[in-house]
Amino acid sequence: MATREEVLEGLAEIVNEIAGIPTEDVALDKSFTDDLDVDSLSMVEVVVAAEERFGAKIPDDEVKNLKTVGDAVDFIVANA
Amino acid sequence: MSATIKPVTGARFSRIHGVGGYRPTRVIPNSEVLNWIDSSDEWIRTRSGIAERRWAGPEESVAEMSVQAAGKAIAMAGISPEQIGGVIVATVSHLKQTPAIATEIAQRLGCGTAPAFDISAACAGFGYGLSLADGMVRGGSAGYVLVIGVERLSDLTDVTDRSTAFIFGDGAGAAVVGPSETPGIGKVVWGSDGSQAEVISQTQAWDTAFAKPDAVNGTGEEVRWPALRMEGQTVFRWAVYDMAKVAEQALEAAGITADQLGAFIPHQANMRIIDAMVKKLDLPPSVPVARDIAETGNTSAASIPLAMERMLERGEAKSGDLALIIGFGAGLVYAAAVVTLP
Repeated sequence: MATREEVLEGLAEIVNEIAGIPTEDVALDKSFTDDLDVDSLSMVEVVVAAEERFGAKIPDDEVKNLKTVGDAVDFIVANA
Repeated sequence: MSATIKPVTGARFSRIHGVGGYRPTRVIPNSEVLNWIDSSDEWIRTRSGIAERRWAGPEESVAEMSVQAAGKAIAMAGISPEQIGGVIVATVSHLKQTPAIATEIAQRLGCGTAPAFDISAACAGFGYGLSLADGMVRGGSAGYVLVIGVERLSDLTDVTDRSTAFIFGDGAGAAVVGPSETPGIGKVVWGSDGSQAEVISQTQAWDTAFAKPDAVNGTGEEVRWPALRMEGQTVFRWAVYDMAKVAEQALEAAGITADQLGAFIPHQANMRIIDAMVKKLDLPPSVPVARDIAETGNTSAASIPLAMERMLERGEAKSGDLALIIGFGAGLVYAAAVVTLP
């Protein structure tokens, strides 16, 4: 089971790969849409990559609640 | 002992003999869409890859656009209209249900008494029609079959819906399927998933829309013309990840590897879906990809034959090349196959 730090690190790599955002910018308090410019479709790619990497199921209904990187890390840690 | 029914024999193989398209004359650039929705050219391009779309005028009916497209396909096939033994029209936007528009199209083209019918398989409509036509030709129930994908999605567009107002376009694409000495249409991998019926759908049924007028029931509720709506993120996820698997199955069923393809022609739903699919399929950069959506928008059943015609016209792909086609949309439904380009 991954720790919060591991999930954050993994998520930063995913966001970098999909949206080209430097990994160091992907911090817990950053908003995907407002701060990182990850739009709704890129968010789906991030979610699917995160599911594959961490073995967590993130339903479509849940995605809209994952506003910040911290929200996503918490959800993955709780559901992986 | 009962008498024996004479067996029916068809062609051993089938292929596409000709393809043709019709694009309405009126161009709607993003700047015009911005009159209806609060958005920007950049936002629309980033989210969809669409710069402009064509919308049909009053004269460019479903039948008229179909006749134009089919005429080109028949000419390319080098046959005469009387040789057509079946007319299949895939559409979700012919707003008069009865009779099927296919009979009028067959009659106007001069296809004699060929069986003619409509099918409703949304953006997979062309693939569904292709599968039926292939079966008809090889099963012996028709010599040549005309498959038409045609839409006037502008009639079902809610111009106030920020998430869909910029997506849809109108047009027609047609293909003539007929006998072949070598296999020209691989196994069509097709299917449906009714558990996701609401993911892309008409906002309301016609009877609901017409029951609302408030002179009758007095609710005062505004009567709204039905439109198409979709859940963007759910559709994107399904289209990219589930459909990549279907595309791989079509390749495998045809015994073809991605590097042998001369073209990838996915349904032109959204450039982002196309890009993500190409990545997911790990398609070699040498394979040309149809990106007609930039100028045509999403024309549902018409998009694959329209994009196919354009790639051939522009020399991006050539006759005899193998193309992987895949359609997917409301239903949810999907159909993918490897075909030899005409």
